[in-house]
Amino acid sequence: MKTFKRGGVHPEENKLSENQPIEVLSVPKRVTILLGQNLGASSKPVVNKRDKVKVGQLIAKGEAFISANLHSPVSGTVLKIDDVPDQVGYNKAAIVIDVDGDEWVEGIVRSSEIAKDIKLSKEEIVKKIQEMGIVGLGGAAFPTHIKLMVPEGKVLNVLIINGVECEPYLTADHRLMLEKGEELLIGINILMKGLGVSKAIIGIESNKADAIHHLKELANNFLGIEVQSLKVKYPQGGEKQLIKALINREVPSGKLPLDVGCVVSNVGTAFAVYEAVQKNKPLIDRVVSVTGKSVRKPSNLLVRIGTPISDLIEKVEGLPEDTGKIIGGGPMMGKTMISLNAAVIKGTSGILVMREKESSRIAVKNCIRCAKCVSVCPMGLSPYLLAIYGEQERYEDAGLEDVMDCIECGSCHYICPSGRPLLDYLRVDKVRVGEIMRNR
Amino acid sequence: MSLLKISGSPHVHGDNSVKGVMYGVVYAMIPAILASIYFFGLDSLKVMLVSVVACLLFEYLIQKYLIKGEVTITDGSALITGVLLAFNVPSNLPVFVIIVGAFVSIVITKMSFGGLGKNIFNPALVGRVFLLMSFPVEMTSWPIPKPLFSGKVLDAITGPTPLGILKEGLDVGKSVSELSQQLPDYITELLGNHGGSLGEVSAIALLIGAAYMLYRKIITWHIPTSYLGSVIIFSGILWLINPELYINPLFHLVTGGMILGVFFMATDMVTTPMSPKGMIIFGLGAGIITMLIRIWGAYPEGVSFAILIMNAFVPLIDKGFKPKRFGERIKNG
Repeated sequence: MKTFKRGGVHPEENKLSENQPIEVLSVPKRVTILLGQNLGASSKPVVNKRDKVKVGQLIAKGEAFISANLHSPVSGTVLKIDDVPDQVGYNKAAIVIDVDGDEWVEGIVRSSEIAKDIKLSKEEIVKKIQEMGIVGLGGAAFPTHIKLMVPEGKVLNVLIINGVECEPYLTADHRLMLEKGEELLIGINILMKGLGVSKAIIGIESNKADAIHHLKELANNFLGIEVQSLKVKYPQGGEKQLIKALINREVPSGKLPLDVGCVVSNVGTAFAVYEAVQKNKPLIDRVVSVTGKSVRKPSNLLVRIGTPISDLIEKVEGLPEDTGKIIGGGPMMGKTMISLNAAVIKGTSGILVMREKESSRIAVKNCIRCAKCVSVCPMGLSPYLLAIYGEQERYEDAGLEDVMDCIECGSCHYICPSGRPLLDYLRVDKVRVGEIMRNR
Repeated sequence: MSLLKISGSPHVHGDNSVKGVMYGVVYAMIPAILASIYFFGLDSLKVMLVSVVACLLFEYLIQKYLIKGEVTITDGSALITGVLLAFNVPSNLPVFVIIVGAFVSIVITKMSFGGLGKNIFNPALVGRVFLLMSFPVEMTSWPIPKPLFSGKVLDAITGPTPLGILKEGLDVGKSVSELSQQLPDYITELLGNHGGSLGEVSAIALLIGAAYMLYRKIITWHIPTSYLGSVIIFSGILWLINPELYINPLFHLVTGGMILGVFFMATDMVTTPMSPKGMIIFGLGAGIITMLIRIWGAYPEGVSFAILIMNAFVPLIDKGFKPKRFGERIKNG
């Protein structure tokens, strides 16, 4: 079975919510829409305090080159445009809207009837995706329309669709593939048309056999879409690892998938593209897995962007008694949250509630030079050495040892028998090396 | 519910621990421990007990009273050093000599450099080499194995090791074929019924342990393969040139500390390189140096020296042989 070659680990999968169908979470009383929730520049608000807004109405515009539009996920009144704490606790500018009813702007098709014909042209597709504020839903939230603007001179021959969901616990993409298979295949066809490629490969890990089977069957009715089963190995959902696994090309250091002739997009994104182009629906909701070993009802919820995390937790019958840590995203790359008051953003793929006893790191010991970190690093780095450079503040040296190639997958820290916080040091290295590079 | 914890990712940890790794090595040594007790009787048990207790005690005393820090003698590393040191000495070694060896291993080689993970040289090997130079007589009079329940009554009779027989014989001008009558056959050498240090006797028992460590991924194939490979090639070429002057490669593989050294000492993670390429270089170097010493050196056995010499090269090897990066490098001008 295909997979990437270098490095990787296999954490316990714990896909507790994989058999739970996607449930629609009711509209919250108040939403908080962060202005900077995509990779790149923040969006500029186009509404004012006390303005009435409808569902799907543009409320902030992506003006910079790498930026995305934001639409109101609810109808109601703008309460304030102010700084509020985000999931990890930083104060960030946001639009807060008090909900009143559920009135949608005209033009959004709300029926679930499948619209198969792609009527828009290549250019219109890109424009529509930009207009609808579509960003990558795999976690990084990179504006999708930028990926579709292929610079002149770049030869592109395949679209890669990421259905790997290699993070333990998370099942949102899995459910989407099972329940919205046809829609997302149409979405893939739209992306293919937008990019001007005739081939797409969906990579799915073999622990989602039902999704592989389902999509393979559906793909028979679609031109140029191939479904590829992959061996379960983390971090296969990493862009570079997925490209290596599927088409055996290595993206060079500091380069983009475009440089090896492909573009990577997530299954969630493909579904959002379908809704945007075929249904005229902006990105105002997404599927979020709410899960954890003590969670009473691990679920996959379709939630409006901006919904407070507490609403999601309530839906799964409350926070367990033994909660020690709450993570936005999966256990390998997710970020810990400081409270339940923060809101869902476009990049929120899951809410993971960890038990108290799972929440602490093991005691840190001396490095015993076991070389496990070197052998699991998917980028071929020497995490032990980069951590030493971090400890000794030798950032120039860390830069020379290619720390900027680190994808922060956390495999090194995961595997380390001495419990050394390798990735913590590497993150500091990366920030400092970034500063050094900018000042040059 | 108490306060929520905040930390950077990852939020899950694999089942690895220092203890897990170290006790894995300890389990891997059990077949060889049993073999040495079988062949050398309770003397070998005494040597192992003294060595282990002394190593643990020295580490405890240093951590408790000198460093005044955390006592980590239960992590298994001092236990390994104790057993390995015992594996490297004859079963009739006087108790005080063993204690000196343990002192050199733990106090000088390990704790002086900062304890587990910080030592440059393999502690048990430094202990052995120190004893070999300081107590050459005691360290090179090997009792003839007297398997338990065999009914043999060969009390306190010592004899040379196969490597010793070969070296001395060749030095006085005898040919390999003349000497081979005095050498035990290969089956005996594999099973262990010949003179030598505790852990040198049974290649089979050591290989069982090695297979376990490979299976548990405590060691990787790189160092053993390149080490044994270079020994085979080196001795093979000489053997093909003149089989009367140089013995065949198989003899070199099954005698002396080869298997013990290759699988249990040259794979010591603390004192070996970090990248697969570096590990291969380490194994090649150790194999070549071993053969240089065995064939042209003053000592019949060269495994310990070879590994220690290569230990010294590890920082340079680590600097020179990095793991292969993902994606081609593009130099920015």
